[in-house]
Amino acid sequence: MVGTRMKRRVAIVGAGMTLFRRRMLETGKELSFEATKMALDSAGLTLNDVDSVVSGSAPDAFDGVHMKGEYLLDGMGAIGKPYQRVYVGGGTGVFTPAAGWWNVASGFSDVCLCVAEEKMSPLHPHPQYAFWSIFDQILERPLGVTLLWIFSLEMRRYMHKYGIKEEEIATVAVKNKGNAIDHPCSQLASKITVDDVMNSEPICWPVKRLDVSPPSDGAATVILASEKVAKKLTDQPVWLDGIGWTLDSTHWTNRDLAYPEYVEKAARMAYKMAGIKNPRKEIDIAEVYDPFDYKELHHMEGLQLAGKGEAAKMAVEGITQRDGELPVCPSGGLLGVGNPIAAAGMMKICEIFWQLRGEAGKRQVKKDARTGLAQAWGDLMQVGTVCVMRS
Amino acid sequence: MSNKIVSYPGREITIEEVRKGKVLESIQRVEPRYNWAAGVAISRFLVELKNGKIIGRKCSQCQRILVPPRMYCEQCYRPTDEWVEVNDTGTINTYSVSHVAADASRLKEPLVVAVVDIDGASPGMGILHLLEEVEPDPVKIHIGMKVKAVWKPKEERQGAITDIKYFRPLRGEN
Repeated sequence: MVGTRMKRRVAIVGAGMTLFRRRMLETGKELSFEATKMALDSAGLTLNDVDSVVSGSAPDAFDGVHMKGEYLLDGMGAIGKPYQRVYVGGGTGVFTPAAGWWNVASGFSDVCLCVAEEKMSPLHPHPQYAFWSIFDQILERPLGVTLLWIFSLEMRRYMHKYGIKEEEIATVAVKNKGNAIDHPCSQLASKITVDDVMNSEPICWPVKRLDVSPPSDGAATVILASEKVAKKLTDQPVWLDGIGWTLDSTHWTNRDLAYPEYVEKAARMAYKMAGIKNPRKEIDIAEVYDPFDYKELHHMEGLQLAGKGEAAKMAVEGITQRDGELPVCPSGGLLGVGNPIAAAGMMKICEIFWQLRGEAGKRQVKKDARTGLAQAWGDLMQVGTVCVMRS
Repeated sequence: MSNKIVSYPGREITIEEVRKGKVLESIQRVEPRYNWAAGVAISRFLVELKNGKIIGRKCSQCQRILVPPRMYCEQCYRPTDEWVEVNDTGTINTYSVSHVAADASRLKEPLVVAVVDIDGASPGMGILHLLEEVEPDPVKIHIGMKVKAVWKPKEERQGAITDIKYFRPLRGEN
């Protein structure tokens, strides 16, 4: 069985990130350097201590730089080191530390940098345009398809299947944009109401402007270390105890969009590896992927943190608030902090790391969180990536 | 951000700075052209669209009729076995009213898009297409609505997904 025979325990020992903004002056290399230098400094490490580097970045089409992994390499501290770029669309940010885990758990390296970067702003007239090229060339692109279509089609199907209202879904946008007020890197932090979301511009019904996260530039890094090295470096290692990911086909019109089975499979893989039997009870805090507000609910169900069709009720009842029973996206998520695709997933890993160490300041959740989860999702409604972490 | 870290890197370029031309930049346009082979399965599918028919492929192991067709069954991981003509009617699986084009610019008239589960194929075998002859009003359309393909006139068909102009509600559905 996949993932059940771990070789060595792996810890996260440092994290760093840049501001997330619509348009940054720094190049992708410079952003990568800033986030990585911060992570190294926070762990008391230098580049000489690093054995290998894993890079995560989403479509090359945003930057207009092919061989993006190779282009970013020096900013990511990877010259002369074993280096790989991994890519599973929007799932990349959480997949990057999973790939780092292979490096360390296998014994291949003792210290592995995991760097995620995204610079979406170079593409004109709008970063959305890059997504056109992910659709089937023959059957879908001639129809004028946009990425927003598949989100709105999925959201509508999800609402229909479980009788969920737009107003209930909007509470997620209100929560996450509000949580982001306390995140120093956030792009779209604001105090809004359900009415604000409901009255915002209809972009692709049922998706409205405030249901959606913004395109951004940014970078985020974590450092993984073997148990032996981690214990020398810090009294507060955060253990990366479970990883999981699976993909479905690109035939997205051939599956029921109401439930992300591929996320469930990824989660079950990560839970099994981490020895988690009842995620609803054992996961204290979760950074669930929220490029759209309904996605947070959809993914909570796939992650087994809510029954099918029941996540909206949990959101409305305040269970997922920072002071709730199961805080979800205490960072502010993609909706509030911003969505530089791969970096946004890594931001979630950073958030759980800081939360489990009690370093999240104003964002620190009320409960004593010991076990956390970060999840991302992407491509054509087809990939789930999950990391389970413990203090 | 950790409370142990007091400053965080990054310099935002503001909209104001862009407007005033205070940012040094380099603009380049790339115009690659691609000519894709439609493939074994989809080439045949397109030929039949030109004939005004929708076809699928059947896997005799799992008995599924796959639309769009493929030459291999991804579940059984074996070659599919035969071509099957399915209907040009179907059921709306989900729909949306789009106000944006592919480049995120706003459309003058909203567009209704849908996943249509095709009659005669296995349950849940849907394709993406447009919906017309309906008001672009979410409450005038419903999941489960029966729809039918509206074809281009024969002489205008090119062997493309757009040989189906759009789907429309079957009589009595609106």
